[in-house]
Amino acid sequence: MTTLSDPPKGGFRVSILINDTRYRSYTFQFIALIALIAAFAYLGSNLLANLRAAGLNISYKFLSEPAGYDINQRLIEYTSQSTHFRAAIVGILNTLLVAVVACFFATVIGIFVGVLRLSNNWLVNKLMGVYVEIFRNVPVLIWILIIMAVFVAVLPQPREFRGDDATASMFLDLFAFTGRGFYFPRPYFAAEWATGAIGWLTIIALLIASFFGARALAKSAAATQEATGDRPTTWYFTLAIWFVPLIAACVIMGLTWELPELKGFNFRGGIYARNSFIALTFALSIYTAAFIAENVRAGILAISTGQTEAAASLGLRPGRIMNLVILPQALRVIIPPLISQYLNITKNSSLAIAVGYMDVTGTLGGITLNQTGRAIETVLLLMAFYLIISLSISAVMNVYNNSVKLKER
Amino acid sequence: MKKSVFFGAMTVAALAAGAAAAGTLDDVKARGKLNCGVTTGLVGFAAPDANGEWQGFDVGVCRAVAAAVLGDPSAVEFVPTTGKTRFTALASGEIDMLARNTTWTFSRDVDLKFEFVGVNYYDGQGFMVPKALGVSSAKELDGATVCIQTGTTTELNLADYFRTNNISYEPVPIETNAEAQPLYLEGACDVYTTDASGLAATRAAFENPGDHVVLPEIISKEPLGPLVRHGDSEWGDVVRWSLNALIAAEELGVTSANIADMGAAAGDNPEINRLLGTEGTLGAMLGLSADWAKNAIMAGGNYGEIFEKNIGENTPIGLSRGLNAQWTDGGLLYVPPFR
Amino acid sequence: MTDTNTTPVAFVRDAMLAQKTPPVTNAGIVGWINKNLFPNPFASIGNAFSCLLTLVSLLIIYKIVAGALPWFANGVWDTPSLAACREVLQGVTGGCFSVLTERWNQLLFGFKYPSEEYWRPTLAFIGLFFAAAPVLFSKLPRKMLWFTAVYPFLAFWLIWGGTILVPVMVAVGFIVGYFVFAHFEKQSFAMGLIGSVVAAVVVWSFAGYITDPLSGVLALEPVPSRDMGGFMLNFILGVVCVSLSIPIGILLALGRQSDMPIIKGICVVFIEFIRGVPLITLLFVANVVLAYFLPPGTTFDLILRVIIMITMFSAAYIAEVIRGGLAALPNGQYEAGGSLGLDYAQNMRLIILPQALKISIPGIVNVAVGLFKDTTLVSVISMFDLVGMIRGPILASTEWNGVYWELFGSAVVLFFIVCYGISQYSQWLERQLATGHR
Repeated sequence: MTTLSDPPKGGFRVSILINDTRYRSYTFQFIALIALIAAFAYLGSNLLANLRAAGLNISYKFLSEPAGYDINQRLIEYTSQSTHFRAAIVGILNTLLVAVVACFFATVIGIFVGVLRLSNNWLVNKLMGVYVEIFRNVPVLIWILIIMAVFVAVLPQPREFRGDDATASMFLDLFAFTGRGFYFPRPYFAAEWATGAIGWLTIIALLIASFFGARALAKSAAATQEATGDRPTTWYFTLAIWFVPLIAACVIMGLTWELPELKGFNFRGGIYARNSFIALTFALSIYTAAFIAENVRAGILAISTGQTEAAASLGLRPGRIMNLVILPQALRVIIPPLISQYLNITKNSSLAIAVGYMDVTGTLGGITLNQTGRAIETVLLLMAFYLIISLSISAVMNVYNNSVKLKER
Repeated sequence: MKKSVFFGAMTVAALAAGAAAAGTLDDVKARGKLNCGVTTGLVGFAAPDANGEWQGFDVGVCRAVAAAVLGDPSAVEFVPTTGKTRFTALASGEIDMLARNTTWTFSRDVDLKFEFVGVNYYDGQGFMVPKALGVSSAKELDGATVCIQTGTTTELNLADYFRTNNISYEPVPIETNAEAQPLYLEGACDVYTTDASGLAATRAAFENPGDHVVLPEIISKEPLGPLVRHGDSEWGDVVRWSLNALIAAEELGVTSANIADMGAAAGDNPEINRLLGTEGTLGAMLGLSADWAKNAIMAGGNYGEIFEKNIGENTPIGLSRGLNAQWTDGGLLYVPPFR
Repeated sequence: MTDTNTTPVAFVRDAMLAQKTPPVTNAGIVGWINKNLFPNPFASIGNAFSCLLTLVSLLIIYKIVAGALPWFANGVWDTPSLAACREVLQGVTGGCFSVLTERWNQLLFGFKYPSEEYWRPTLAFIGLFFAAAPVLFSKLPRKMLWFTAVYPFLAFWLIWGGTILVPVMVAVGFIVGYFVFAHFEKQSFAMGLIGSVVAAVVVWSFAGYITDPLSGVLALEPVPSRDMGGFMLNFILGVVCVSLSIPIGILLALGRQSDMPIIKGICVVFIEFIRGVPLITLLFVANVVLAYFLPPGTTFDLILRVIIMITMFSAAYIAEVIRGGLAALPNGQYEAGGSLGLDYAQNMRLIILPQALKISIPGIVNVAVGLFKDTTLVSVISMFDLVGMIRGPILASTEWNGVYWELFGSAVVLFFIVCYGISQYSQWLERQLATGHR
């Protein structure tokens, strides 16, 4: 029996590679590397053999060929003569659109429900609990399908708006809620030079200018307060800075509203939110909101009551306790799971295919795959897209986590 | 092929392995079952009935091939495929043949490397609208919302047709026929477009078929037929001539009623004799038994009988023969001679 | 304190007053309502808001009940088709639940599982409870774990049929592998592992010669996996994939924690890749791509390809849960194990993993619930699970075209029962484990 202090015996034996802790990790890593390379080589050779047998090849040329199919919801110019690549871009934009809108609504509903779940009101508390449990415990695919089916079945179709004995009518003559989607009035600029993007860019530039103006005003007010102890009343200036240029610009550029109107088979004009878009957004929002509500609740509960009491004993008002003491701490608990819920929404938006919403899974991973038969290429591109999205989101999350990390000294 | 129990267990769960070198015909014979790709459900063409038995026109072709190869029309494994999965399923060998009203096109034949063995139904893309809309021509469909089955040629035809006629439309892509029906019935789309036969089948499943009309325009040629993988001509021949045998049987007046008599002994008509194996060695040339065609025809009758039973005028689907009549009756069915 | 007792006082109560009942508004049901539902709205804005919320909630509940009650009360349970059902209802609001009585077998077992064999999956389902119980509840007698060990083979035999010798021989392979492992383990863990794998593979290869001629022994009618469907398919996918992914997840988590850069790199890339893509793209891989990566000539059935992909998917998530469990253990545990002279494998197996797994169970259960819900996604790739059955054969049939609420409602109920049950268990377990931490 050797003692621990004995130096390792000299000389090389094969067993040294496994038994000696100095070499063991190299041995294992070497084996793992070999196994990995072997696995990839095996899969790759299978792939090549299969492709050769089928007479196919891996090629991304199809991306520059005309797609040949139409897409109903396009945020950029697209016709059936555009390329498959452009179709994929249209799909990507649609995915991002539905993800962003769903994240927004899920956050709003989630916070609302999460706070109400902590309410002293027994009925509200229980009702929200039932909501959370029902939505969390049933697959989101079922919710998407139910909401789509109900949406189509319950809301009136355009044909019911038609004729003299129409059974449905537009809301205030401005909005049309149909089984095919919602139609809203669309603002646009009538002035010749401001049509299209220029008008909207002007508005955005004005808003940015107003933002800085309002900040400068607040700064100067704060400086006055520091100097004299009195804060000048500035709220009407702030309002003016925000709204006067905006309204002036709208009047000059001739802001008008295009109203939806029943023409032929469909409503025309206005902004059209498709039923598939609404069903998907709605289903993703309320499903994810149930999870976010739980995160919010956990975040608020995680702050011990001592914090509230300590803040109160310092003389802070309840509103300031919430803003300055509770929320900053609760957000540290809430935001990381919130961001991973955003990631989930983005990934779950790929279920769009179940309701025919043309997201990237529908265009690139759906019709393009079907029409070109390029399964491997399209699925790889599809995965790469989602991977980029989720890696960027986790990068954002890491930056945030580092910035709010408890500074331990 | 001996396998370990471990793989044996996986086989039961899943696996059907065959030697890579062997042809599909040998694989099918060894397996004792034909794997036939069909739709996930289109009444009249391929749909499981209440007992889970697959029924329909395409199913009839599968059964005929199974009967020709294995002598048993029930030795078929029906693999439901969607527009997306059908080609991969065939290319990867999961199915031996695809009988899923698939249109024969250049790119599918040449670029996707498949072999269409014939046409079992001459079809064309049509439009169905509710009568209440008062539309009488596809040209009046400007601005309409159109439900289309995605992953099919109809999608491309539609884009072409509306573009050349300078009509705007709103496409609503749907994965399967089953999902399209409720959307159309509830009015989420004004028009449903697919192959005219599919429209008839869909309409037949409605509660009030009379409330819907199929517009007169047929905007494309859709020759539907079974297909197999490129590069296995023996197997392609088996499927092609099984289909041809069904069509020839109708032309020659061989039916499921009289085939037992006709096949028992050589008769007067030499072509019937060759077809039914009482004369010549056509079966052996294909690598099948002499009575292969007899089995195929007995599986569900000749082409006409399968047609009438599943989609003919006396069924709810009610398709007339039209282009799918024998050439002697003014149709397009014209099989090469059995000689 | 002043000396109060010395001076006489005018009145001293010498007996306690009887306790008064609290005011009506504070006690009993009225008090409860006042406190919890309708606090005095004039006292504060918060109270007024609370009253408003109560009224809104009551309105919502009334709407739901008023909508659903007649629908249930007038429900029709015995018509052969939707048209017949509507005829019976004659315009009255009511559910056509007859679709459930007509097609319950398709919803639960798919449309191809032979109906005279329904007892087999049912039995396997009941067995699942007995097999899972000792794992989930540590108070149950440990002897029940024997059944848990036997269960996978039994369930396989029951569901897929065939001769019982196949699962028996697989089990024998495992047992032989274990004995070889136990024998060699004294020399080296790695040697034991390699030896056991070799021994098991040898047993399995030779077992093929035994089972092939004896394929009739205790044989149930074999059911190909293509014939599985309905809720049963969701269950099979969920249970199989979660059980398979736990060992893989443990390995991945250990790999990610390890200080060997190559192994760590492989694990990190795998986990982050899988977690970064939606399950549906992995199912597309199973559906349309995976076949190209298999040896030419072999074809796996779709269900096996799907099981492979879902297992990889859940393994990545479970690995992250277990990594959390490993990270939660105090460093002293690792060091204490090391100072006792245990090597890495022993330390992990005897000290670290038992503790880490125990605190990971709630997280694993949550992943399992999520995964079970995600099994419905297979309907998108034309598999007939519960959702696939509803969207495909049932809604497309002439008889039941247009029955949404009843069908989707039943799917919601089925999934809710299972997932809510499991998540309640996980919360209970968390409470059990939480003792002493606060």
